[in-house]
Amino acid sequence: MISFYMFAFIAVVASLLVIAQRNPIYSVLLLIASFGALSALYVLLDAPFVAVIQIIVYAGAIMVLFLFVVMLLNAPHEDTEYDERVHPLLRPGPMRFGAGLAVALVVELWWALGRGGESGSFAGGSVTSVAAIGRSLFTDYAFPFEVTSILILVAMVGAVLLARREEPR
Amino acid sequence: MVPLSHYLLLSAMLFSIGTAGVFVRRNLITILLSIEIMLNAVNLTFVAFGRALGSADGQIIVFFVMTVAAAEAAVGLAIIISLFRHRESLNPESFTALKW
Repeated sequence: MISFYMFAFIAVVASLLVIAQRNPIYSVLLLIASFGALSALYVLLDAPFVAVIQIIVYAGAIMVLFLFVVMLLNAPHEDTEYDERVHPLLRPGPMRFGAGLAVALVVELWWALGRGGESGSFAGGSVTSVAAIGRSLFTDYAFPFEVTSILILVAMVGAVLLARREEPR
Repeated sequence: MVPLSHYLLLSAMLFSIGTAGVFVRRNLITILLSIEIMLNAVNLTFVAFGRALGSADGQIIVFFVMTVAAAEAAVGLAIIISLFRHRESLNPESFTALKW
């Protein structure tokens, strides 16, 4: 009970700091902390498979890729034309609409969830085993699983092609 | 046990933080990070509903979402690298050649 609120607090605060940082390296490191807290929440939800995948794939692979690109580009600081000290809601142009939209989204989601009434607590199920997930993945979800491999192949080829330096002819 | 609605509220808050990040930040890498926050919020919803309904399908969809997120990060970062080579900038305001 108390651990849910602790990890939820860590996840929200770390995510807020991610978008408050001006230096992308700190953003990436804080996002790894947020993913760690989310992984703990998955453990609380009896989903150990997702928790481990979250750490290995997200924190281990994707975030290291981000960190690698941030260090490769070596352009840490955001270049902004507006005054840094102005509150984001008071800045000109689309930024104000964007921040307003985010606030509206929070209010609406809160309202919608509040109207839903008392959603029941969790049924007394057991931990979803990795074996059950694997069986379902290779029987019911076999076709999407194979399509995923093509998606990964396309992404790999695309990434290599896009990031390649163009040869002068 | 914490009720399901608390997980949904946490997920909504994380999604809104990600949305705000996409609009407020002026750095392509931070914008991609905000998209990752939004994807994670959706993943949390899937796992919480899967747990509430007692089925493994939620976790399988999370597996696919993570695969798509990995592909998106790889291609997105490659695009950012090749954009940076052209303009020496990560500010989306400096890529307006196609803007009407």
